[in-house]
Amino acid sequence: MNVWDWNFAGQIIPALLNGLRITLIATVLGSLIAFVLGLVLAILGRGPRPVRIVVRAIVEFIRSTPLLVQVYFLFFVLPAFGVVLPALTVGVLALGVHYATYTSEVYRAGIDAVPRGQWEAATALSLPRTRVWTGVVLPQAIPRVLPALGNYVISMFKETPLLIGIGVLDIVGQVREVGGQSFRYVEAYTLAGLLFLLLSYPASLAVRRLERRRAVR
Amino acid sequence: MPSVEKSGADPMIAFDGVEKRFGDNVVLSELSFTVAPGEHVCLIGPSGSGKTTILRLLMTLEKCDAGTITVGGTSLSHMEKNGKLVPADEKHVRDVRKRIGMVFQQFNLFPNMTVRGNLVEAPTRVLGLSKDEADARAKELLDLVGLGDRIDSHPTQLSGGQQQRVAIARALAMRPDVLLLDEVTSALDPELVAGVLKLLSDIGSSTDITFLCVTHEMGFARDFSDRVMMFDGGRVIEDAAPEKLFTAPEHERTQAFLHAVVDR
Amino acid sequence: MDNLGTFLSVLSQGLPFTIIATVAGILLTIVLSFVAGLALMSSSKTVRVISRIYVEGLRGTSEVVQLFWIFFALPVLVGFQIVPIWAGILVLGLNHGAYGAEIVRGAVQSVPRAQVEGAIALSMTPAQRMRRVILPQAVVEMLPSFNNLFIQLLKSTALLSFVSINEITRQAQQVLVPRFNPQAFQIFLLLLVMYLIMSLVITAIMRTLERVAAARVGRKPSARSRSQATGAGIA
Repeated sequence: MNVWDWNFAGQIIPALLNGLRITLIATVLGSLIAFVLGLVLAILGRGPRPVRIVVRAIVEFIRSTPLLVQVYFLFFVLPAFGVVLPALTVGVLALGVHYATYTSEVYRAGIDAVPRGQWEAATALSLPRTRVWTGVVLPQAIPRVLPALGNYVISMFKETPLLIGIGVLDIVGQVREVGGQSFRYVEAYTLAGLLFLLLSYPASLAVRRLERRRAVR
Repeated sequence: MPSVEKSGADPMIAFDGVEKRFGDNVVLSELSFTVAPGEHVCLIGPSGSGKTTILRLLMTLEKCDAGTITVGGTSLSHMEKNGKLVPADEKHVRDVRKRIGMVFQQFNLFPNMTVRGNLVEAPTRVLGLSKDEADARAKELLDLVGLGDRIDSHPTQLSGGQQQRVAIARALAMRPDVLLLDEVTSALDPELVAGVLKLLSDIGSSTDITFLCVTHEMGFARDFSDRVMMFDGGRVIEDAAPEKLFTAPEHERTQAFLHAVVDR
Repeated sequence: MDNLGTFLSVLSQGLPFTIIATVAGILLTIVLSFVAGLALMSSSKTVRVISRIYVEGLRGTSEVVQLFWIFFALPVLVGFQIVPIWAGILVLGLNHGAYGAEIVRGAVQSVPRAQVEGAIALSMTPAQRMRRVILPQAVVEMLPSFNNLFIQLLKSTALLSFVSINEITRQAQQVLVPRFNPQAFQIFLLLLVMYLIMSLVITAIMRTLERVAAARVGRKPSARSRSQATGAGIA
């Protein structure tokens, strides 16, 4: 038996692409949740003291514990409350919430970097609170944090395979099935790894370029 | 430290046709001068005239693009191997470098070591002194610079003036033949400047070290040096004894510069 | 929660695996971070390229894929199976070492050029400059990022449940949940709390190291050091 069978490698490709579709769906939807929820957490984190403390505690708790366990938690616990969701939906929720705790820190740093004078100027103009955020602070903070957000999208992409724990057939789930049927793992996992590299490496180069462009300005 | 090169009339430092560019910007062009053993030379001139580059070339922090620099008759950039001149290797450069000490504008003390650590590090690891010898030398030098009681302090606990005194002691601990001073008082608060300059004058008059200093302190340049070189646009435009240069400068750029500095 | 005792004892049976994987993984990560991080700045182009391939290759592929590759593909290539826990530690170390290499490189490059010049002016050799002057200062910069990296590594040990290592997540998901399905909430909450405690221990140790290291360079550790490093911690 050859170590590497090109024929078999070719047969895996459709399964890989099928899996890639699921992986990308999970990444895109998970990122959207992470972007929105992270911003909410960051803004709440600047609210009154009790809110701030509760938000920080939740963020720390989620950040400090494994995503996989959180995926299991949602998958096994939600049905107990009568909420039965497809595995992929549970996965997207878990990814989104987990990464929201990362992005909230990113937003926080971005908001902190807006000079104090900007807040003071907005106050001096008697702008309403929401307008201060949407008109002054966020437009300055968000462009700054785009590279960091981009990096988190890339790492989420690479973390979606742990959704196989609840039976989601992403790239790894697909090749595991194909590889398991024929006991040919070398091609399956090597191709899966290369597919991740092929997509994430150019993406991270693009983010680095964006970072440098921002740094120059 | 007795050495063959040092005795006799050989210069301690010799620049011959040295050129240095940063990109298109020519910092030094066709620069030639010598400094005799034990001589005190000050370099003055407007900012950006290439004075500091001379010190950095000597300390091998920069490489020159053309020309040769020798210290005590030994080339910085080349060495002799089997009778042929070849580009210097790291070891050759380090051997020449050992004879030169440098005190920086920003002190450059190592924050991860105490004052004692800063003073014994290179003597033990580079010169191979025993710990006790290096320690004794450190104490002696700290007494000399008036900081005998701060030997176990961290550099960050000291004032700028004290840090610069430690940096001077650290350079002296290597027993250099040549000491390069790069605007050593520029980063100090005004009230601390005089003390550090007094210390340098005392060291200058009690040792036979060769000094090459870049300074904006004209009073110090006048009192301390045997010779002053006025720099402008990467060239020496006037080279004279301080009495002459400060009282009757020949070149009009020198006159203008001194006028501007004194007026300040 | 009458079954709390059972839950705790079953989960505790997995603790040695989780702790061994975390500690050994961290040790391997430290070694690889420094070796690869310094290699990234080597004067030899070959060394730089090799370390760059390691760093980008491991960061660019998914950790789960790496785990499966070592468990299922590598044995076919080399002809024998590595003891599961060792294979797990190897993946944890290799993967996080690649991230750590960039932490080391970044911290070394953040040491001011003036410090290097100070060391050159004292005729120190390149090795002496790195070991005695640059690294001791760079380590202070690295510690907050390493804190994040080590917590990431602890969290990654849960992935070892995929390859039949009986660490705490596998104990919960394979042993407890099938038997006590209605109490899944309690089981997983307990499991999450165990991870939280372990990551608090890591943070406490790292904070102490930060204080010691900062005091050695005569600095106060910055209050926000951890959150500032978040961006670099995971990527």
